[in-house]
Amino acid sequence: MGQTLFDKIWRQHHVAGLGDGSDLILTDRVMLHERTGGIALKSLAARGLMPISPDRVFATMDHVVDTRPGRSDHTLMPTGTDFIMATREAAQHAAVRLFDIGDPEQGIIHVLSPEQGIVLPGLTLVCPDSHTCSQGALGALAWGIGSTEAEHALATGALRVRRPRTMRLTIRGSLAPGVTAKDLALHLLGRFGVNGGNGHIVEYAGPAVDALDIEARLTLCNMATEFAAFSAIIAPDDTTFAYLRDRPFAPRGAMWDKALSIWASLASDPDAVFDIELTADAGEVEPMVTWGNSPQQTIPIGGRVPAFDTGGRDTREAYDRALQYMGLEPGRMLAGLPIDGAFIGSCTNSRISDLRRAAALLKDRRVAMGIRAICVPGSTPVKRQAESEGIDRVFLDAGFEWREAGCSMCFYSGGESFGPRERVVTSTNRNFESRQGPEVRSHLASPETVAASAVAGRIADPRALAG
Amino acid sequence: MSQPFTRLTAIAAPLLRDNIDTDAIIPSREMKTVSKTGLAGGLFAGWRYLEIGERNPDPSFVLNDPRFTNAQVLLGGANFGCGSSREHAVWALAEYGFRTILASSFNPIFRNNCVANGILPIILGAREIASIASAIEATPGDLPVTVDLELQQVQFADHVLEFSIDSQSKTILLSGLDVIDLTLRDYTRQIARKRAAQWLAQPWI
Repeated sequence: MGQTLFDKIWRQHHVAGLGDGSDLILTDRVMLHERTGGIALKSLAARGLMPISPDRVFATMDHVVDTRPGRSDHTLMPTGTDFIMATREAAQHAAVRLFDIGDPEQGIIHVLSPEQGIVLPGLTLVCPDSHTCSQGALGALAWGIGSTEAEHALATGALRVRRPRTMRLTIRGSLAPGVTAKDLALHLLGRFGVNGGNGHIVEYAGPAVDALDIEARLTLCNMATEFAAFSAIIAPDDTTFAYLRDRPFAPRGAMWDKALSIWASLASDPDAVFDIELTADAGEVEPMVTWGNSPQQTIPIGGRVPAFDTGGRDTREAYDRALQYMGLEPGRMLAGLPIDGAFIGSCTNSRISDLRRAAALLKDRRVAMGIRAICVPGSTPVKRQAESEGIDRVFLDAGFEWREAGCSMCFYSGGESFGPRERVVTSTNRNFESRQGPEVRSHLASPETVAASAVAGRIADPRALAG
Repeated sequence: MSQPFTRLTAIAAPLLRDNIDTDAIIPSREMKTVSKTGLAGGLFAGWRYLEIGERNPDPSFVLNDPRFTNAQVLLGGANFGCGSSREHAVWALAEYGFRTILASSFNPIFRNNCVANGILPIILGAREIASIASAIEATPGDLPVTVDLELQQVQFADHVLEFSIDSQSKTILLSGLDVIDLTLRDYTRQIARKRAAQWLAQPWI
């Protein structure tokens, strides 16, 4: 029987079987950020241990760090500076490469890692952050862990892992113009539910996935954690190799050629068997927006808030609670709903292609009166690139705030948030209650939909602005 | 090293919502220090208190019901612990006093975080969990629930529910042993050998 891509990477990293479906697996990269990573390094030091391979460990400041222009170690959150200082101190002590505030390569960990070529096809990468699944877009086995597991990976170079079941999600057809990987991710969540991938390693495959560029693949894989998956992965191909070539931490010269010859075999065999096979049609996907507090509460932008469905995924209580929290009623059109805020950023949608597409819609337009609109590039290199293309001017002229790189108001960890009961269209990944600030009403959507809605002052279909 | 989990008889608090996320279990604003402690006060802060940042209990929240204030068993819904990987959620639950969570499914990262901190994650059918909640509701006074990890049983009134758990998690929870110490003791050489072989074959890793 053939092997899946996952099986191949798993076997290459298999140190020992631990019985009953668990294995000890080599961890090739450990990525850390100041909120959960600093504490892992600190706890490790407190027990007298050091990272076994500090050259395989990378840390950044993204979660708590301020993103307002002219930032320093200070944050709006009163104790944020403690996280920053502790991480800096621990990273220095452990001789770990830190992409600190002011570093020209600093960024959100899942933006920075592909950008620097730290994540590579066929390797294992762990990070105490649920969106680590994003990095499976490069053909790596990358998954989110907790702080204790991060300590384990740092100290031993390996992790005890329960072998996940395998799922292949084949996406046929192609995305229509104006429809993006974010819309696809939201469509899949609406269709299969937030528990649809529970514990599985999900391989995204098929022509619609092959056609995505790496940044779009990162967006698609990013939301696998919203699918309750162990992680997501996409087989590396020429698109992947072209993206990685000459990245700072990617192999070079003869080593690159050797790596390529091995990476070429990183695909599921034609006769590989998955525990679950699902299919979807990209042609059916429209620009999507969420109406509730779970990423599965998703409808096409022209749609109406659904009536309660007794056969649906939401319990009556969850459904009623979401409507009440979001200030909506069944049958309400989402398009046209007045908004208070617009946010473009996060590990889902803050890369240069995201900003370019949003800027194309914002050019020569203005954000509607009274709307607070914010754009936060995913990394300092993305910000630099955008500024070299004049994209910062487009955002600023339109009335957006133009920020320094970080996670920012995806979850107000730095102490900044939208206001209670404010309605926000956001390119982020979670519409949970109070995720973007106490009582904030978040509607997840693509950067294009955020831009179009900011201009309209209401939730708006980006296709009306394009072309 | 965490507290071993063998057998527990305690009060169970029903919070039968699906998709309880880690932002709800411990909001970002409650993660104030670079520490694994001092988090119990922030547990379920958005639901437990009437105003943000204040500590006036919302009487409608289950943990503010005098019957459940000292609960050590938490009854949840599907996809418990979804969202952020923040282990603070588990640290907060443990510090509050919870030793076990019963849910119809768990987010995988959250589940591992539970095991790493001596909290037993038990998967039971939604109906079985609802039956425990109903029995509690129907009982005047306290209805203690017993969880026996060795036997893999949940016992309440005169009912017994069996659950399954993988042997790795069971061993770790029963012993409370520190997994990092175990791996360093038992596998350091094997890890080094595997790493050396990998370096020969794929030196860029």
